[in-house]
Amino acid sequence: MSIQELIEDFSFLDDWEDRYRYVIELGKKLDPLTDDERTDETKVLGCTSQVWLVTALDKSDSETSLTFRGDSDAHIVRGLIAILLVLYSGKSVSEILAIEPREIFAQFGLNEHLSPQRSNGLFSMVGRIRADAAAAAAQV
Amino acid sequence: MSDTIIKPETRSFNVEEVRADFPILSREVYGKPLVYLDNAASAQKPRSVIDAISSTFDHEYANVHRGLHYLSNEATQKFEDAREKVRAFINAPTENEVIFTGGATDAINLVASSFGEDNIGEGDEIILSQLEHHSNIVPWHYLRERKGAVLKWVPVLDNGELDLEAYEAAFSPRTKMVALTHMSNALGSITPIKEMIRIAHEKGALVLVDACQSVVHLPIDVQDLDCDFLAFSGHKLYGPTGIGVLYGKADVLRSMRPYRGGGEMIKVVEMDKITYADIPHRFEAGTPAIAEAIAIGAAVDYVTSIDRVGALNHENELLAYATQRMSELNAVRIIGTTPNKGSIISFVVEGAHPHDISTVIDRAGVALRAGHHCAQPVMDRFGVPATSRVSFAMYNRKDEVDTFIEALSSAIRFFE
Repeated sequence: MSIQELIEDFSFLDDWEDRYRYVIELGKKLDPLTDDERTDETKVLGCTSQVWLVTALDKSDSETSLTFRGDSDAHIVRGLIAILLVLYSGKSVSEILAIEPREIFAQFGLNEHLSPQRSNGLFSMVGRIRADAAAAAAQV
Repeated sequence: MSDTIIKPETRSFNVEEVRADFPILSREVYGKPLVYLDNAASAQKPRSVIDAISSTFDHEYANVHRGLHYLSNEATQKFEDAREKVRAFINAPTENEVIFTGGATDAINLVASSFGEDNIGEGDEIILSQLEHHSNIVPWHYLRERKGAVLKWVPVLDNGELDLEAYEAAFSPRTKMVALTHMSNALGSITPIKEMIRIAHEKGALVLVDACQSVVHLPIDVQDLDCDFLAFSGHKLYGPTGIGVLYGKADVLRSMRPYRGGGEMIKVVEMDKITYADIPHRFEAGTPAIAEAIAIGAAVDYVTSIDRVGALNHENELLAYATQRMSELNAVRIIGTTPNKGSIISFVVEGAHPHDISTVIDRAGVALRAGHHCAQPVMDRFGVPATSRVSFAMYNRKDEVDTFIEALSSAIRFFE
C-alpha cells in the first residue's frame, strides 16, 4: 500500500467513525510482532497503550534504508502504526528525515494522534524512527 | 475590593447552582456538550477561584513577607489569610503547621527528603500500599536507592481494599514511616486511615497521608486522624495548579532540616553560619506561588460554602447509578468493587484496550482517563496494563452518566 492509496481511501471517509473503523482495519492487517520481538528494547515509551517498534537496516543500496515493523496492544494505535509504516518503512535515511508526518495525518483527519500528548505512544514512535534513521546515517 | 474576609453562608446542595459556578462546563467539544468525568486527574475551577487569581494580579500583587510597602503588606495578608483558611479546613492546630508547596508531589518529596535525611537509614523500613500513586512511591524509592531503606508493601484484596492483617504484620522495630493514601486515585477505595494511623503509632512509626483525592470529597480533620503528615494538591480541590499543602505536626516539622535553600527560609545568613527560620517559612524557600496560594484559599472558601454532606451524597448517587448501569454491560469489568469507595470507577472492556475505549468515547464529548493512572503497582495487582476511569465531581449530573453509558455502549459495539 502506498501513501497515495491511503490518501485516496481516507478522502472517501467523511466522519470520524468511518475513519476509525478504517484505521482499525489497517491495524488488523498488520503482521503482529512475536513475543520475542516485544522486548524492553523495542518498546516505545507511551503512557496509555503499549507500543513496540522493530527496526532493520538494509545497506545493499548506496544509501542505507530502514525497514520497520510495529505493534500495539490497542486496536486504534495498531492502525495508526500501520499508517506510519506505510509512510516510513523501506525508505532511505534522507527520505525518512524529510517526511512530515503531521501534514499527512492532518490530511487523514487524524492530526490529534500526533500531538505531543504523552499518553500517545505514536509521537514517541515517530521520534524513535527518526532517531534510528539518524543513527543509521551516522554509522556509514 | 473589600479588606474583610466574608465567610460565605453554607448553601444547601443544588447541582444546577454548582454547575453555574463553573464557566468551562458550558463549553462544547466536537459540537457536543462537554461531559467532564476526569475529575480525579484534575477538577475544573469555579468563577471565584478564577477571579481570585486575576484579582490578585489586578489589584493586590507584590512579593510577600519582604517589602515594607503597602502592597507587599496587603499581598502578605492575603497569602497568610489563605493559610489560615486551609488550616481551618483541615483543622490543623496552628497555621505554622500548614506549608504551601508546589503540589502534593512536592509535599511528599519534602517529607521523604527532609525527614528521611536524618531519620531513615540503611535497613530502616517504610510501609507503602499497593494502592499508592507514583507520587507516594517514587520519593520513598529514592530513600531505598540512596540510603538502603527497605520498602514494604501492603497488598490489595480482590475488591480493592487493603489487606489489614498484612498491614499489621508488615511492621517491625525498624519501621520508621508509613505512607498511605486515604482514597485511591486508581480504584476509588477509601482506606480505614484513622485505624491504620493508630496501629502505626502503636508500633512507633510516623504516618504520611496522601489526601489528594479524599480532601475533595470527605471532611478531613488532621487532629482527629492524628496523622503526622498530610499532603494534598490545590488543583483537584477546584483550585489552581502549582500549589499544594503539606500539613505536619509542629514538633516533627521543627525537628526536620530544610528541604530547599533560598530566600525567606532563613533567620540569619553569615559567611560561615546559617540559622533557619521557624516553620512554616523554613520550608518555603524562594518566592512562593502567591496568586495560587490566595486562590487555594478561594477554593477552600468555595468548597466550604457548599453543603458538603449534600455534595457527597450526590456524588455517591452518581457512583451507585453509574456502577449499576455499567454492570448491565456484559463486556465491562469494574476493578475495585468495595462498597468503601469514593466516586471513581476503574474498568476494562473485554476485547478492547482502554486507549481504544477512551478514544471513541472522547468523540461523544465525554472526557475520561485511560492509562495506568500513575499507579502501576495496583495495575499489576489486577493483571491489567491500564484501565479506563470515570471520576465524578459534585458538578456532574445523572444525565451525564447516561451520556457516558451511551458512549460506552457504542464504543463496545465499535470493537466487537
